[in-house]
Amino acid sequence: MSPAREDPSSPNAPEDPPRVTAGEEPPQAVRAVLEPAEIARALSRIAHEVLEHNKGAENLVLLGIPTRGVTLAHRLAARLAAIEGAHVPVGTLDVTMHRDDLRRQAFRTIAATELPDGGVDDKVVVLVDDVLYSGRTIRAALDALSEFGRPRAVRLAVLVDRGHRELPIRADHVGKNLPTSARERVRVRLSEIDGGEDVVSIVGGVTK
Amino acid sequence: MRHLLSTADLSRDEAISILDVAGQMAATQRREIKKLPTLRGRTVVNLFYEDSTRTRISFEAAAKRLSADVINFSAKGSSVSKGESLKDTALTLKAMGADAVVVRHPISGAPHRLANAGWIDGTVVNAGDGTHEHPTQALLDAYTLRSRLEQDAPGADLKGRRVAIVGDVLHSRVARSNVRLLTTLGAEVVLVAPPTLLPVGIGDWPCSTSYDLDDVVGGGHGDLDAVMMLRVQRERMNAAFFPSAREYSRRYGLDARRMAKLPEHALVMHPGPMNRGLEITAEAADSPRSTIVEQVANGVAVRMAVLYLLLSGQSEGEGA
Repeated sequence: MSPAREDPSSPNAPEDPPRVTAGEEPPQAVRAVLEPAEIARALSRIAHEVLEHNKGAENLVLLGIPTRGVTLAHRLAARLAAIEGAHVPVGTLDVTMHRDDLRRQAFRTIAATELPDGGVDDKVVVLVDDVLYSGRTIRAALDALSEFGRPRAVRLAVLVDRGHRELPIRADHVGKNLPTSARERVRVRLSEIDGGEDVVSIVGGVTK
Repeated sequence: MRHLLSTADLSRDEAISILDVAGQMAATQRREIKKLPTLRGRTVVNLFYEDSTRTRISFEAAAKRLSADVINFSAKGSSVSKGESLKDTALTLKAMGADAVVVRHPISGAPHRLANAGWIDGTVVNAGDGTHEHPTQALLDAYTLRSRLEQDAPGADLKGRRVAIVGDVLHSRVARSNVRLLTTLGAEVVLVAPPTLLPVGIGDWPCSTSYDLDDVVGGGHGDLDAVMMLRVQRERMNAAFFPSAREYSRRYGLDARRMAKLPEHALVMHPGPMNRGLEITAEAADSPRSTIVEQVANGVAVRMAVLYLLLSGQSEGEGA
């Protein structure tokens, strides 16, 4: 990973902080803000909201944005199945090649994009990501999505909304609103990817 | 990675990351809308001092699919025929703001000179220089091998695979690039050629050599996973390297008889353009084992990957 992705004050890496992996950062103040049980409750609530809003699971497609958005999308699908007994297709949508900051960023690996068999035409697509920050990832996701078809509607579900939007984008379903300073980073750990327990924490920033 | 001049510069991890990105690029090329906005606003110049069909079209397609602006320059019909030097052409390109220069040149080392002389700011991609290297060809060959033999598994290398490269090794930049890249990826390479068409110092290359194609296809150096035929480069031959085309064809050409001796799964490759009837018969070239057309299709994906890796995050000064 590049220095730019590690630098919390870099304006070029607005969406990156939550994706920074363990073991690479200098010792900094880490403050856990969401415990495993809270994350589970937030996801259950989002699942209910999605169903309520859509009046059932009909025509829903969940698309996770790599890496942790995909894990969250699968968890959401499991909850939708538990609540409504409906099978909601899950896919992944890689947005790397649609980003507007590629020129400033060091090399980013490209993840696979896999759409469910039914495609997205006339479906209600719920984009799922871990942290909503500048909104640039979501803009890229909307562009990427338009290459695959024309969904009837696109909604956005995020685990954490940390503010500091740079584009007119908002989430339909938010696990938790976390007011943060731009100097801080929000770190999301999910057991499937990172091992250990689920946790959302705030790293760095001004320490008193 | 700032320039791509030689496969010798690539580490195993870098090579694998190019192949992995190429796999994703190939996936985008199976979509209905093939164009991606990734390199919008960047300028790629194709600087071709030598004739080429595949490589130039392939680079052009790759750059356009990534939304870069493409300027094609060929020495024929340009001021080069009025005697303009490489340096002056390079300074012109710099003034036009080229972000990447894809260069093919008859003189070995020309891309290296272009990259390191300070004439241009952009990144340089070697698209074949003299008898030196042709790195993107080797990458697309490796990609083709990996997609056929390892199902294009991300992160996979070619460990334990055995590839014979047959023919005019002396004049072949494809052979040089492939020997280095395939060895880096863990494959074993056997070069098969008449003694006159093997370069001096071949003993120092990380591969074995043979003069006998029948022995090699029959398993004399172990079971082969692929045979890569090289074009007999008549335009570079200024002396008699073999007695007659017929004799060359009988001893070093790939025909149905030799193909039958290969293991079932072994691939037949050729970088093109082919001399049908000389180094490869039509029967071999058009057989289902032949990946020759597939190699061309993979070339676009591999070159998209190379342009993406070199041109994204350029201001950081370091890439993959």
